[in-house]
Amino acid sequence: MDTIDRRGFLECMAWAGTGLVWVFTGGVPSSRVISPAAAADTKLGSFTFVQISDTHIGFKGQANGDPTATLQQVVDRVNALRPAPAFVLHTGDQTHGQKAGAFDTVAEILKGVKTGRIFYVPGEHDVFLDGGKDYLDRYGKGTVGGRGWQSFDYEGTHFVGLVNVLKYKGEGIGALGEDQIEWLEHDLAPLSSSTPVVIFSHVPLWAVYPQWGWTTEDAGRALAYVKRFGSVTVLNGHIHQVLQKVEGNVRFHTAMSTAFPQPAPGSAPAPGPMKISEADARRMIGVTEATYVPGQHSLAVVDSTLG
Amino acid sequence: MKDSKWRTVIVAGVVVAALTATHVGAASSVAVGIKEFKFTPPVLAVAAGTTVTWINHDEEPHTITSTNGAFGSTGLSHEDTFAQTFARPGRYEYFCALHPRMKAIVIVK
Repeated sequence: MDTIDRRGFLECMAWAGTGLVWVFTGGVPSSRVISPAAAADTKLGSFTFVQISDTHIGFKGQANGDPTATLQQVVDRVNALRPAPAFVLHTGDQTHGQKAGAFDTVAEILKGVKTGRIFYVPGEHDVFLDGGKDYLDRYGKGTVGGRGWQSFDYEGTHFVGLVNVLKYKGEGIGALGEDQIEWLEHDLAPLSSSTPVVIFSHVPLWAVYPQWGWTTEDAGRALAYVKRFGSVTVLNGHIHQVLQKVEGNVRFHTAMSTAFPQPAPGSAPAPGPMKISEADARRMIGVTEATYVPGQHSLAVVDSTLG
Repeated sequence: MKDSKWRTVIVAGVVVAALTATHVGAASSVAVGIKEFKFTPPVLAVAAGTTVTWINHDEEPHTITSTNGAFGSTGLSHEDTFAQTFARPGRYEYFCALHPRMKAIVIVK
């Protein structure tokens, strides 16, 4: 087994102003201070990608009167990255409650991102009114059966985008469904266990806080298929804050929203937009950048805020 | 001490209402509030012909979606309202399509 020498250790050195870089080697993370120099310190053959989440275009509230402006700020920040991200993942809730025109606004703003391609998975806000029709008309092309989920390979890393908002169960938790789990099993089957795997979906694939519906009911069945891999990263949105968890070789990471923060699990009577000043909110919204360095089997994830 | 007596009666009345349901007379209009991901009151009893109006006080959108598809709203933004007149007696269960754990019922007598 080659997993032993890939095991690193968590070395949490420091928090920096805008975030913490954590690098994981063979599935176990280590941390270092984030700085522009560190971000630029990339080896030949490495690549960076960006995760944008919960843009919630159409939202207007105390924490953010104009989420198009904060999304544009995020786009500007992404465009300033060197090297430029190979691609961008949007992990859902493009719109705030499928507000009329919101999908078009997001598409227009994201046209300005300097990257190879943008991959999408839906959030419940994108699909609840029409069962995902509008979303899938726009983003279903090229996905499995036009149903929104997909996988692709980039520089030897296998990426899987899963949909867990179209089978919402009675208690408000995400669900993947039988068809998608079966597809995932077949999708991963031919891969060697040394292939780095990145899975992204909207609702967390771990039980962040089931009382608020921050979990995916059948995620355990899906994750059983990734246990054999030495390096697995799971990237989610939905909860509008950064939370991390390590379980075996699987690292779970949730992203901030570009629009507004939500309270920490259980810290408020209910989830939903925090009612705080825009200045405070900007320290709690932002974007996630991830860098893969070949040979090291490592992925560095950097979260940076707008404030 | 008259005030405190009345207060006791009112509190008792609120408790009874919470334990049973909120009853409303015929051909009237009644409001259901949505706040902190809850419909209030969660059980509402009205006479046939009553119009129920929901108001969303959350910044998060919510829907009023009938469990059996009999009626339903689109996403209600902050302070948006949705009205539905219940002509026939029956039990009308509904939930929020965005947050399905939010459930409530209108009982029409």
